[in-house]
Amino acid sequence: MKKKLVLLLTASVLLGSFSAPVFAETETEESTETAEKSDGVMTYEEYIAAEVDTEVVVETYVQAKQSWWEDTATLYTQDQDGAYFIYDMACSEEDYEKLETGTKIKVTGYKSEWSGEVEIIDATFEIEEGSFIAEALDVTELLGTDELIDHQNEFVSFTGLTVEDSGDGAAFLYSWDGSGTDGDDLYFNASLNGETYTFTVESYLCDNTTDVYKAVTELNVGDEIDMEGFLYWYEGVNPHITSVTVK
Amino acid sequence: MTGKPKTTLCLFLLLCMTMPLLLCGCHGSREMEAFQVPEEFDTTREYEITFWAKNDTNKTQTEIYEKAISDFEEIYPNITVNLRLYTDYGDIYNDVITNISTNTTPNVCITYPDHIATYLTGGTNTVVPLDTLFTDEKYGLGGTEVLFDSVTQEEIIPDFLEECRIGEHYYAIPYMRSTEACYINKTYVEALGYTLPEVLTWDFVWEVSEAAMEKDENGNFLVNGQSVMIPFIYKSTDNMMIQMLKQKGGDYSTENGDILLFNDTTEDLLYTIAEHGASRSFSTFKISGYPANFLNAGQCIFAIDSTAGATWMGSEAPLMDISEDKVVDFEIEVMTIPQYDTENPQMISQGPSICIFNKEDSQEVLASWLFAQYLLTNEVQTAYAETEGYVPVTSKAQNSQEYQEYLSKSGEDNSEHYEVKIKASQLLLENTENTFITPVFNGSASLRDAAGQLIENVVKSVRRGEEVDDEYMENLYTDVTSLYRLDQGEASSAGKKDLGPLPQTAVILLASLAVVWAFILIYAVAGRRNTGK
Repeated sequence: MKKKLVLLLTASVLLGSFSAPVFAETETEESTETAEKSDGVMTYEEYIAAEVDTEVVVETYVQAKQSWWEDTATLYTQDQDGAYFIYDMACSEEDYEKLETGTKIKVTGYKSEWSGEVEIIDATFEIEEGSFIAEALDVTELLGTDELIDHQNEFVSFTGLTVEDSGDGAAFLYSWDGSGTDGDDLYFNASLNGETYTFTVESYLCDNTTDVYKAVTELNVGDEIDMEGFLYWYEGVNPHITSVTVK
Repeated sequence: MTGKPKTTLCLFLLLCMTMPLLLCGCHGSREMEAFQVPEEFDTTREYEITFWAKNDTNKTQTEIYEKAISDFEEIYPNITVNLRLYTDYGDIYNDVITNISTNTTPNVCITYPDHIATYLTGGTNTVVPLDTLFTDEKYGLGGTEVLFDSVTQEEIIPDFLEECRIGEHYYAIPYMRSTEACYINKTYVEALGYTLPEVLTWDFVWEVSEAAMEKDENGNFLVNGQSVMIPFIYKSTDNMMIQMLKQKGGDYSTENGDILLFNDTTEDLLYTIAEHGASRSFSTFKISGYPANFLNAGQCIFAIDSTAGATWMGSEAPLMDISEDKVVDFEIEVMTIPQYDTENPQMISQGPSICIFNKEDSQEVLASWLFAQYLLTNEVQTAYAETEGYVPVTSKAQNSQEYQEYLSKSGEDNSEHYEVKIKASQLLLENTENTFITPVFNGSASLRDAAGQLIENVVKSVRRGEEVDDEYMENLYTDVTSLYRLDQGEASSAGKKDLGPLPQTAVILLASLAVVWAFILIYAVAGRRNTGK
């Protein structure tokens, strides 16, 4: 919930300035076993091993654009080995328009951790040749396990969950406690094997004109659903859902 | 032929001079007539007004706004109030700026005086000065024709009301007030061998914070046995710098908007902050996360945040962002922010105010004013103040039986009467005379951002192993000055904001001028050729 406040603070005038995101299709272009890196670029393993507050250089591929504001962009990116959340990266509006799902970028910034979310901040980037679109990894069985965090920020899927009461019988809430209105983040609960988890439609990533936003507002308690999204973290797992299918 | 060019030239020049006026005429909102209080409020007409409000992502606050509107509409059935909710002041500010140019501002708006200072630059008479409304016999504060129990001007806490004065006029009424508090894990302070002083000092906080950094052979912190400990986390670093400077007697700005932030006192403070940032005993919300989450997980000892965030603080906090299994049981203490001079404590006054935007229909403005006034009634004031560590802005509400009873029930439960929340409110009630605000001018919001940015940059830099020395400070001052355009005479109040494309009318104006000058040039050249012939 609170990460949203930060995003509000830092992206308060961009409403309308970001377009509806295009998400990964179920095909992989230029798919290789592991990502090949240019000289001076870290492998994913090296990135994970790097200490917080150290400079990191990664080559990665845009999977979704969350927002652009005042010459900074926030992106969900991933290579064949893992994901990198890029927060408030220096980016002109013109360059932002050049970024599409799959676009390869070389990012230089600092590794950071904010409320459990590992991200790259204070970054710059350059566009490179190449494309990769990640397939959604099914992490349903990892829900509630310590292994889930190994896939932080990746494009993932959840299958066969049941929509639960989010409060007063509602299948979803505008904002974390229902204090919001149409256009705000959506929060909803879904269970698997007796355990309930919270999912979010992040309104900068998927605003109220998107299919997923509409789909969540039409959910009913008891619906069985499949979902896709990015495995964001905020004081624990906080998936940013990009598609919902009622079975 | 010699006379004709002159006449034509005069016509062109006249066109050049009048075109801007004609185009400005399209901008009715920017050149609005000053509001005059109508003799009578016309109750035979229907009014629809918009109210842009901010809540702290708190459902109860939303419900209070809705109830206030419903109750007001019962009293004034000819006024309909449409609520638009925000959770961030910055969003309201940006939307208002956008809507000033299109004459679609809200009627009533929750805001900060810093923001109003910028609204005032958006055109003539954009925001209604409230002086004559305050004192209007019929519809003013405590007015004879107001249909509810309106507060008098004297019943608004004078310090809070003064914060709404910009220049010679009042442009707002206070709605809620808060300050910052230090929420302390007293259990850990005492475990480290310290006793909390009567008044918290910066030296004490720094010393205990460094003491808490000691680790065992496994790399865990001795004080909490965990791998994570940030003893001191500050939520709003702009407030941190502003309050440190105020307490130190350091310069910040003049009342007229001269920027004095980049001085030696600031530099000294930054060196101290850098020292503790480097040891990782100090961090900020922007760098690490919400102080409350670390505090409740036993990973922070001194968490400084608004009193309006009190319901998130403590093991028993009614609002919690971390899972139950991460919460650590500890004794919490609520104190004023650290001080340099314990005999003369000083702390910031903050909290939302209410402004009214001008409209061509003075009756509509009067309807707006009546609603704004309604938000000062006891029922609204006490209900909203009780949702967080706010205090009502009127003595009438503060002294009301209901509010006094609320305060007296501190700690009776962990929801409505959550002890930490009520202690936070009492902290402000007891220190109202020790609060201050910074000067308000067009650009003061940017200066505030810059003050916080200095701290954020320094802490980030030392965490990254950069050397913070005189050269660094010089570059820092230059960079931050440039980032917030503080060297351009009139700082951007929207922070480091891209001003975006020119408005369409401005483009038309500039294009018209270009065409006119082109005609002048062509005509002049043609005239010369004719003369030559």
